[in-house]
Amino acid sequence: MTTGVILETRDILLYLGEKRILDNLSLEFWPGHVHAVVGPNGAGKSTLADTIMGLSGYTKFEGDILFEGKSLKGLPIDERARKGITLAWQEPARYEGLTVESFINAGAKEKSREASSRALDLVGLNPDEYLERAVDRTLSGGERKRIELASILTMEPKLVMMDEPDSGIDVEALEKIFDAIQFLKKKGTTVLLITHSATVLEKADHAFLICCGQLVKKGPVDKIMQYFGEKCIPCDHKNEPDPEQINE
Amino acid sequence: MNKNKLIDALYESIGEACVTESDVAHIEIHSNKVLGLHLVPGFEVEAEELSDGIRATVTVRKHQKIEKPVRICFGLLEETGIQKIYMNIRLEDYSRVAILSSCTFPNAVDVLHAMDAEIEIGKGAEYIYLERHVHGREGGVTVIPKAKVVLGEEARFRTDFELIKGRVGKIDIDYDAECNSHSILDMAARISGSGDDHIKIHEKANLKGEGAHGVLRTNIAVREEARAEIKNTLIASAPFARGHVDCKEIVQDRAIATAIPIVEVHHPKAHVTHEASIGSVDSKQLETLMSRGLSEDDATHLIIEGLLSPNRQNP
Repeated sequence: MTTGVILETRDILLYLGEKRILDNLSLEFWPGHVHAVVGPNGAGKSTLADTIMGLSGYTKFEGDILFEGKSLKGLPIDERARKGITLAWQEPARYEGLTVESFINAGAKEKSREASSRALDLVGLNPDEYLERAVDRTLSGGERKRIELASILTMEPKLVMMDEPDSGIDVEALEKIFDAIQFLKKKGTTVLLITHSATVLEKADHAFLICCGQLVKKGPVDKIMQYFGEKCIPCDHKNEPDPEQINE
Repeated sequence: MNKNKLIDALYESIGEACVTESDVAHIEIHSNKVLGLHLVPGFEVEAEELSDGIRATVTVRKHQKIEKPVRICFGLLEETGIQKIYMNIRLEDYSRVAILSSCTFPNAVDVLHAMDAEIEIGKGAEYIYLERHVHGREGGVTVIPKAKVVLGEEARFRTDFELIKGRVGKIDIDYDAECNSHSILDMAARISGSGDDHIKIHEKANLKGEGAHGVLRTNIAVREEARAEIKNTLIASAPFARGHVDCKEIVQDRAIATAIPIVEVHHPKAHVTHEASIGSVDSKQLETLMSRGLSEDDATHLIIEGLLSPNRQNP
């Protein structure tokens, strides 16, 4: 693990239509750590990841995003990816006719059958069974999620954002995803988990709790889990954080 | 050019070597000449040379299952000319054959290639027909394939038309299939158009027998000034007939694409669905690949390549 900051969001203020989604959100992510951004539905977690990746509809905001000390503002998605940032979607895209092998190799550092097979093995999918298949509707959401993760493994990024890695996943597949997260960490990759699941949260080293686009609390996972369980889950004012709790 | 050199040139234009295996039936036709004809037991061909093309009768005898796919290579290597093919194909009951057909017009400036096929697939027979076109860069070719197909009881027919290498020119596909009880039809076309190419497809199937199944699939990509007009008609008129129409068209630049899916159900126990998607490349597909570091152009290219690739028979 190295010290310093790999990614920093500085006072991000983002509206979608009239609604303020990210509200002066400032976070710092350390390299080689597994971070989690946790919060209730609608808190702005996925929007944060989409904004960092620079997806269409999430490029106009106030504040700044710094990756390795340099602003990402105005950079298209592919340039951000070439700097080492990538995103695993909550619901991965489907591609008619595109094989799993072509999909994995698309962004791979080493474009070879061996490399794509190794990546599939790591996420618990048999390469002989999957490499020639299409990334289409005949694959379950869980299978596509693991194939997407395999494509990320071969890309060897510096920062991976994983949006709800457990959604649509069975227990066995989730274990494989957790194994892959540990593999990424061992390789020195920074991982950012977007989640509202305690099971996912406990895989992180450090967590940020956000609500209504604002940072409520940050710290070690056990403390955030305790706070989330005691204060957020029973909270009856969803996405309206108590001002007294913010940045506690 | 002598026959053998012409055969070599035909195969070379599609990037393949001549067929030499004795257990593989193959036919080579250039313009209105049958250059090569090699048959295997159970697979019969009678060919007649006409002034502007070929008339051929193909028969697969009852219970004969042709083990290896038959290769047919049609073509015209000159810049101008007419090639009309009249085919009468008959698969007798419980027979089976797969035909891989290549049509090559690599130098076409003003070429007409017309195919008129009558296909009869007997009870329990299976016919697979894959047609791949290779055209030149000029787009000076007009392709008019017409087929009338009758599937007997429990017959199977799968066809896949591919035109993704070179310019389309003008193409006007008109396929019409009649499906009797418990037969299965799978009709697909994959075409990429550019320049001022004009793609016109009308695929029609009538699921008239009980339990007949049919799928009509069209995947098209058009760019620059190309136009595509796709009409898929699927009629289900018997109990437990099941059908699906699927049309996907990716449009770039100033190209124009239209899709008209017509589904008709004439029986309360029949069921037909349709799905059409026309427009630019899906943004989620695009952004996913871009988030792996591909440029927008490379990501678009990969998505279109997938769309136009042969159907992968995922389990």
